[in-house]
Amino acid sequence: VTSTRVLIVDDEPNIVISLEFLMKQQGYETATAADGRTALSEADRFRPDLVLLDITLPELDGFQVCEQLRAEHGSDMGIIMLTARGREAEVAKGLALGADAYVTKPFSTRDLVGTVHEILGTP
Amino acid sequence: MSSWLVVVISACYLGILFAVAYWGDRRKDAGRSVISNGTIYALSLAVYATSWTFYGSVGRAADTGAGFLPIYLGPTIMAAFWWFLLRSMIRSSKRHRITSLADLVAHRYGNSAVLGGLVTVIAVIGVVPYIALQLKAVSDTFVVLNSGAVTVAPESATTPVLQDTALYVALSLAAFTIVFGTRHLDASERHEGMVAAIALESCVKLVAFLAGGLFVTFGIFDGVGDLVGRAASNPDAAALFTLQPHTSYQSWFWLIVLSMFAILFLPRQFQVAVVENVDERHVNTAIWLFPLYLLAINLFVLPIAVGGLLVFDHGDVNPDTFVLALPITAGQPLIALTVFVGGLSAATGMVIVETIALATMVSNSLVLPSLLWFERRLARTPVASAPAATGAGLPLASFGYGGDLGRLTLRIRRTTIVGVLLLGYAYFRLAGEGPALVAIGLVSFAAVAQFAPAIIGGLLWRGGTRNGALVGLLAGFAVWTYTLLLPTFARSGWLSESFLVEGPWGVGLLRPEQLFGLHGMDDISHGMFWSMLLNAGCYVVVSMLGREPRRPATLRVGAELTGLDGEPGLSRVSVDELQILLQRFLGTEAAKDVLEDYLRARENPDSPLATSRVADGELVRQVEVLLSGAVGTTSARVMVASVVNENEPLHVDEVMDILDEASQVLAYSRELERKSQELERATAELREANERLQDLDRLKDEFVSSVSHELRTPLTSIRAFSEILLDNIDLPGEEREKFLRIVVDETERLTRLINQVLDMSKLASGTVHWNISDVDLGRVVEDSATACEQLFEQRGAQLTVSVPPHVPTIRADRDRLVQVMLNLLSNAAKFCAPVDGQVSVKLGVEHDDLRVDVTDNGDGIPPTDQERIFERFQQGGNGDQGTGLGLPISREIIRHFGGRFWVQSTPWHGATFSFTVPMQPIGAGRKADV
Repeated sequence: VTSTRVLIVDDEPNIVISLEFLMKQQGYETATAADGRTALSEADRFRPDLVLLDITLPELDGFQVCEQLRAEHGSDMGIIMLTARGREAEVAKGLALGADAYVTKPFSTRDLVGTVHEILGTP
Repeated sequence: MSSWLVVVISACYLGILFAVAYWGDRRKDAGRSVISNGTIYALSLAVYATSWTFYGSVGRAADTGAGFLPIYLGPTIMAAFWWFLLRSMIRSSKRHRITSLADLVAHRYGNSAVLGGLVTVIAVIGVVPYIALQLKAVSDTFVVLNSGAVTVAPESATTPVLQDTALYVALSLAAFTIVFGTRHLDASERHEGMVAAIALESCVKLVAFLAGGLFVTFGIFDGVGDLVGRAASNPDAAALFTLQPHTSYQSWFWLIVLSMFAILFLPRQFQVAVVENVDERHVNTAIWLFPLYLLAINLFVLPIAVGGLLVFDHGDVNPDTFVLALPITAGQPLIALTVFVGGLSAATGMVIVETIALATMVSNSLVLPSLLWFERRLARTPVASAPAATGAGLPLASFGYGGDLGRLTLRIRRTTIVGVLLLGYAYFRLAGEGPALVAIGLVSFAAVAQFAPAIIGGLLWRGGTRNGALVGLLAGFAVWTYTLLLPTFARSGWLSESFLVEGPWGVGLLRPEQLFGLHGMDDISHGMFWSMLLNAGCYVVVSMLGREPRRPATLRVGAELTGLDGEPGLSRVSVDELQILLQRFLGTEAAKDVLEDYLRARENPDSPLATSRVADGELVRQVEVLLSGAVGTTSARVMVASVVNENEPLHVDEVMDILDEASQVLAYSRELERKSQELERATAELREANERLQDLDRLKDEFVSSVSHELRTPLTSIRAFSEILLDNIDLPGEEREKFLRIVVDETERLTRLINQVLDMSKLASGTVHWNISDVDLGRVVEDSATACEQLFEQRGAQLTVSVPPHVPTIRADRDRLVQVMLNLLSNAAKFCAPVDGQVSVKLGVEHDDLRVDVTDNGDGIPPTDQERIFERFQQGGNGDQGTGLGLPISREIIRHFGGRFWVQSTPWHGATFSFTVPMQPIGAGRKADV
């Protein structure tokens, strides 16, 4: 039985720690990346079912990563964008580039977990 | 001496003059002018010295001593004013092609033909006595020389006219002048040959007079000392060396004024000084040479007068002939002949130039305008309007000259010369016997002085009008005739003596020499006083009463087209000339179109427009209207007029109007230009300000957005871990502690961030409170290093500090400098090499600054980022705890103290952050609000 895999991409170590804790608590397998380029290579290696993707990243930003993930891995991979920038234009841009959901920081842990379940289609 | 010898010698002399004149004209035609130098010019001005000077000065000196002097003092004084007066007259006469005094006056007062004619009449009548004077002198001296009878006064009044020497003198002078001055018609009315001959005559008369004077002083007497010594024992002669009791200062004043006017306004002086001038620089020579000439020719006047009084018995010999009579009596015919030739040259010079000048005036300002006027009147009557066979439509065609005005003009001038000389002879016969030479000359001087108010007033006063000049001249001339001319007739017996003594019809108040009871003045002073008073008075009053309205421009041009200005043969304008004028302002194509349209519209095979392409008045008017649009009405009028009539002289008022108009347009366009520049500048400033505001707005948006992002990041961690802790109360103690630690750290980070944002905005808005004191930067560096020791220990990095022993204190805020140091040190600790990290701090003195370098051995900063890291919220590293405000705040602080803050880095070889603080607290005092 393969467990659900979640890739966490954020350049803030503390946020990565909290997300990792939350995802592991749901029983998911996790991998992390602190910049855009690492995120893409981890996605190739780890084959995640879901990516929690921060927008403000070094190297490649979240939009570019999102675009590439969609191009390389199709629409099966769930992508939830996380950002401190909550502007409508950015939300629209992220969704247009193929993100499945959009969560603004600071987020409610319960809402985030709910959104993750929703995207993964799990109860 | 036999009369034929005298005649032959005179004829030879005149022949030589003629040869010189001929040579001068030939040289001019060859383009090698002989008169183009200042000396010749000054000598030609000496035509002022006539036989009046040659003979009359001695006569006056024998009577009044120094009384002959004012006539030469006036011109000497006036010569000092030539520098600007004569030069400006020459300049404006050349510009406007003024060829006579009458031209000058008419030109100043709106080309008034009437005024020009009046001036001509006054000049002719006024100068006639003067001509008579020359005739009298030549014929008297001829008789004296011929008969050798010095004591016999010639009684020409009893001599039949046909046996009168003076008549033949007059006729031969007329013939000579005609051959001399009117051989051909010179367009510019200049006579170079004549000027050359006049200059020669000036030399001859000076040499002759000096010869006579030297002979009298050193030949008859034994030098000046002998003369003076002997004079002391003779009551008549002795009186000459004192200012005699009856010498009136008033009379001196009027004589000086008279002669000052005469040197400018005598027609012959105007002719040689202005019309014949080749180069205005020659005036510079004349200013000193001409007075010198006058001095030289007057040198022996008193010695000759004294000699004459000593040699001859009282009243036996006319003192006017002393200079001739003395050599004759002494038995020196050669000297006498020399003196006679000198006198002859003085007289002929005057007569030639004077009559030529008068002839120009009479033909150009009197006869031709009258003929044109007469012709126009004639043309209005149906009988005479039938076109003549040839030359129809041309000016003066009906007089049979078919447009060849040159022949007509020459004929008028020759007639004038003969007429003036005959008038002179008539005056000589009627009045010339009685008074002395000088008295006659002064009457002429007073006549030409009448021009002074109109000319000088016209130069200096814009308000002078044509009517003012006309009335003034008429009044002055009338008074002159009444108080000066008529009395000379009365004295000679031609008029009743009672006219002088009792006044006309016995009315005492009207006695011509004591007018309105004014007595105690000599006749000249009296006449000058009344004529000048009335002349100038009428000129000013009439001018002020009626400023005549300016005539519309088109009327003026129309009048000029018909050739009414009196200049012969210059009044036609071709269509082509107008086209050239238009082209200059409208462009070639437009000008062509306008004219062709006009010509088509007036297609008429008989019109002069079609046949000879001579423009008619309507076309001229249209051209003027077109030009007015481009250059304004006045300028258009002047330009069209300049084409229509090249001799169009400018009225002073018109010149002023052109200048006014032009300067107004210039002022408007300058103002407009200035306004539009201002507007452009204001627009540019506004645009700049707007861009700056937009930039600031964008920066502010970015700042707010950045701040909110930076705030959300720690908040995200805090909220997430708080919720995790809340939802998972059964977390293991180790994990729970780790999460709580993160919450605390992030809270601290949040606090720090908020503080720095506030700090930054205070720095940016300049509301920071600075605590300025004497700061030892060495201590600051050392204290900061100590504070960071623990940080470096944690990172396993080594910190070395290098501070020189004696560092000058600076005026600064110590806490702010510590803040900068801590920022740099914590950055260095963060970015130095993870293994074996090395950070060095160095303080030194560089020029007038203290300099601090903080060097780490980390990865360094790529060149593209070296400026970016000083911008707000642009953090250098990844995922650290920085706020992105540390470096911007530090740089603001250092800048506040007047220092510089920069980074040098080679990627992979570490980075050095440096700042300077000036030792002189320029920056500290600037913004400190302590």
